[in-house]
Amino acid sequence: MKFAVLVFPGSNCDLDMYHAIKDELGEEVEYVWHDEQDLSAYDGILVPGGFSYGDYLRCGAMANQSNVMSEVKKAAEAGKPVLGVCNGFQILTEAGLLPGALLRNKKLKFMCKNVDLKVANNNTMFTNQYAQDEVISIPIAHGEGNYYCDGETLKQLQDNNQIVFTYSGENPNGSLADIAGIVNERGNVLGMMPHPERAISEVIGGAEGLALFKSIVKQWRESNVNQA
Amino acid sequence: MSTKLEPTAEQIKEQKLYASMGLTDEEFALVESILGRTPNWTETGLFSVMWSEHCSYKNSKPVLRKFPTEGKHVLQGPGEGAGIVDIGDEQAVVFKMESHNHPSAIEPYQGAATGVGGIIRDVFSMGARPIAMLNSLRFGELDASKRVKFLFEEVVAGIAGYGNCIGIPTVGGEIQFDPCYEGNPLVNAMCVGLIDHKDIQKGIASGVGNTVMYVGAKTGRDGIHGATFASEELDENAEEKRPAVQVGDPFMEKLLLEACLELVKFDSLVGIQDMGAAGLTSSAAEMASKAGSGLEMNLDNVPQRESGMTAYEMMLSESQERMLIVVKKGEEQPIVDLFSKYDLDAVTVGVVTDDKMFRIKHNGEIVAEVPADALAEDAPVYHKPSAVPAYYTEFQQMDNVEPAVTDYKETLLALLQQATIASKEWVYEQYDHQVRTSTVVKPGSDAAVVRVRGTNKGLAMTTDCNSRYIYLDPEMGGKIAVAEAARNIVCSGGRPLAITDCLNFGNPEKPEIFWQIEKSADGIAAACLALESPVIGGNVSLYNERSNEAIYPTPTIGMVGLVDDLSYTTTQEVKNAGDFVYVIGETEVEFGGSELQKLQNGRIFGKAPVIDLEVEAARQQALLQAIRAGLVQSAHDVAEGGLSVAIAETTFGTKLGVEVTLEGSATSVLFSESQSRFVITVAPEKAVQFEEVVADAKKVGVVTEEATIKINAANNDLLIEGTVAEFQDAWKGAIPCLLKSEA
Repeated sequence: MKFAVLVFPGSNCDLDMYHAIKDELGEEVEYVWHDEQDLSAYDGILVPGGFSYGDYLRCGAMANQSNVMSEVKKAAEAGKPVLGVCNGFQILTEAGLLPGALLRNKKLKFMCKNVDLKVANNNTMFTNQYAQDEVISIPIAHGEGNYYCDGETLKQLQDNNQIVFTYSGENPNGSLADIAGIVNERGNVLGMMPHPERAISEVIGGAEGLALFKSIVKQWRESNVNQA
Repeated sequence: MSTKLEPTAEQIKEQKLYASMGLTDEEFALVESILGRTPNWTETGLFSVMWSEHCSYKNSKPVLRKFPTEGKHVLQGPGEGAGIVDIGDEQAVVFKMESHNHPSAIEPYQGAATGVGGIIRDVFSMGARPIAMLNSLRFGELDASKRVKFLFEEVVAGIAGYGNCIGIPTVGGEIQFDPCYEGNPLVNAMCVGLIDHKDIQKGIASGVGNTVMYVGAKTGRDGIHGATFASEELDENAEEKRPAVQVGDPFMEKLLLEACLELVKFDSLVGIQDMGAAGLTSSAAEMASKAGSGLEMNLDNVPQRESGMTAYEMMLSESQERMLIVVKKGEEQPIVDLFSKYDLDAVTVGVVTDDKMFRIKHNGEIVAEVPADALAEDAPVYHKPSAVPAYYTEFQQMDNVEPAVTDYKETLLALLQQATIASKEWVYEQYDHQVRTSTVVKPGSDAAVVRVRGTNKGLAMTTDCNSRYIYLDPEMGGKIAVAEAARNIVCSGGRPLAITDCLNFGNPEKPEIFWQIEKSADGIAAACLALESPVIGGNVSLYNERSNEAIYPTPTIGMVGLVDDLSYTTTQEVKNAGDFVYVIGETEVEFGGSELQKLQNGRIFGKAPVIDLEVEAARQQALLQAIRAGLVQSAHDVAEGGLSVAIAETTFGTKLGVEVTLEGSATSVLFSESQSRFVITVAPEKAVQFEEVVADAKKVGVVTEEATIKINAANNDLLIEGTVAEFQDAWKGAIPCLLKSEA
């Protein structure tokens, strides 16, 4: 399986995403600069964290104007897995690929620590290697991770099982309904504030994020075998 | 033309206008004799910034010569952007620490942020990839005033704002609180980078005819005379200097960083240097001087953020996120193309010449023409008079007395709540300490450990300086500062490689202050030799005074060590119930400068703890040997608050407890700050071997399943007993609680 890690000016978790795939998962991966016009060669799209364009306007707003984003939308329409983490999640909401928005953390401060996440839906292409309601420890590092949407959208998210990860125990940023990660209706676009790519090896404190990437690969292998 | 509004050379001389820029009468006369004429306004500005203490080290040079700067692994010592030490496999570690104290005192967010930005540029201007940041901060007491809280919160926010955005993890640091820093906080930032030997760059402008290019952000009117401002005492009018503080743009620096790291792969690159303090002036003059060349620059081509800037303003601006590079003639276009990928300017602004002159043109006229060496090398060097301060003589005559303590547990709880000892979680949770997914030991343990990707090695790193000991006894305290840094490295499984230092002191023109500088340098130098850890770079920050009150002498030590195999990595927390607890080192009655003394008296006095560097070195070597042999479960040095605090800290963040029995007078054994001590835990089956390797380790107790801390006296008296939770809550809650308190 071949992944693209998008790189916007100001992305800074691109390296982490790249090495998670290459070193820990052993799959193919390439960096793709933000003005790329064609993503058709890739089977999965990873939108990494960081501060694209400094986040000076509104998180993810400028990145959404990049050439590559129309290609990301095409990939999403084609049913390819699209994962946005942290700033990547913010970009996907700006792009309209996911509903809602990320506001300033409730305590107004940037926060970097490990949090407990509950796998609220393990029946997705991103979570099939986790048990339902399994609690995993994953790092967060953000200043604007407070998920918000209107009541109607929240009801849709809940009714369609689109809430994939919720904060378990402490809600670190004030997110609505403890939401840490959601998928689109079709289930192939995941946005989440916590960083699974930072939890891929015991050397750096834990590997409970690795199953997320393995889930993507498993799903892709199975669907490709079926097609063949 | 706006330059016509500038004073004439005659006015500068007659009205002594140079004095407002920090030049003395003698220095101005020296400039005149070098030039053979009276300098114009722009030239006076060039000399004033380049001859400031911040750029020239004119007061500290004689002291800096005391430091050992060579070692078999040192590839680059002081003099370039940052020092470099070989770590094997054709790789090297690059690091440096720098102060940004005065800017942070009046504009804490930007002051701290640009301090971070500046030190990062120093590291990547060497061609290195920055991989970690640390810092060392000093503030007044948190409950002293709203202003102290504001400075503390904004400095932390500034460090976080810059470091988080640029994507370099802030993995460690230290913070102390004392009234002497109330009006003059200290903000020292350290950056650690990795480089392949073949990519090492220098800041030189060599090759006559080669092209001088300006890359990065545009020049504006910010930070003008920042270096001069940094070389004065702060006074009640300090707020008026706010325009001398630069404004940081971490996004711009991220782009510049990535572009420069691509640039260093170009064979056409001759030299590169950060435009830091004194901006265009220092980078151009130093690059030419180091190469023995001259340099001609046309300011009309300098990218400018605003119109109508004078030559004086452009040359003295400290706008951030800029670099000056020299490239082979005719090979400019690929570099322009590279920078345009990142939407950055890369513009030809000058040429390398052979006449050793630094010549500046603006609007078709030569506006300055001075010898490059005169700016970069010929600043006068002062041997300031030094005098033993009366307080030192008085303190040395005091006997070491054990203070009276009635309730040991309450005292331990109170010490754990002292801001200097308390958990810094509130701070480091605001720093992204995990980005780049290489942080093996996170903030909160003795030293941070960052892995070297692609190898099985790690880099241990720490910042340390107990300035109270240094105030009481600068030479002894200087030794302790280096030794403590090395202790932290060793406890984490690393062997010390080298140090960088940030020498923060008061006004060197006061003989008592200069004596502090000299003596602490003697102590640092002695410890560097004993612990085989040379000084590979650093920075000097003098005039740290507010309303004539100096800070404690604070020569912060930043140390990097090599963890040869990540399996050696050790942390301070206890690991398994049943493991034995050992203490290495003897406890004496030493309370001068201790947390307990400050807690009880509100001030410090007496003698600093004594350190024997031979004993220190032997213990560190033995402990490291034991760690590398796999005999050690946890290791923690004994520092502020003494043994009881160190023992309590080993349980925090675990689900375990400890029970120990300590011999000796209770108050001293619990709270004295004697040096060269460690708390170690060892698995029972490794105990015999461990005791063979570390001969002076004494078994004092055991790690318990039950999460309690129990400390007994040798006569079985119970000294301290409580749940880990109650001690940990006190320790963790102290800083958030102080921040909420009414000043």
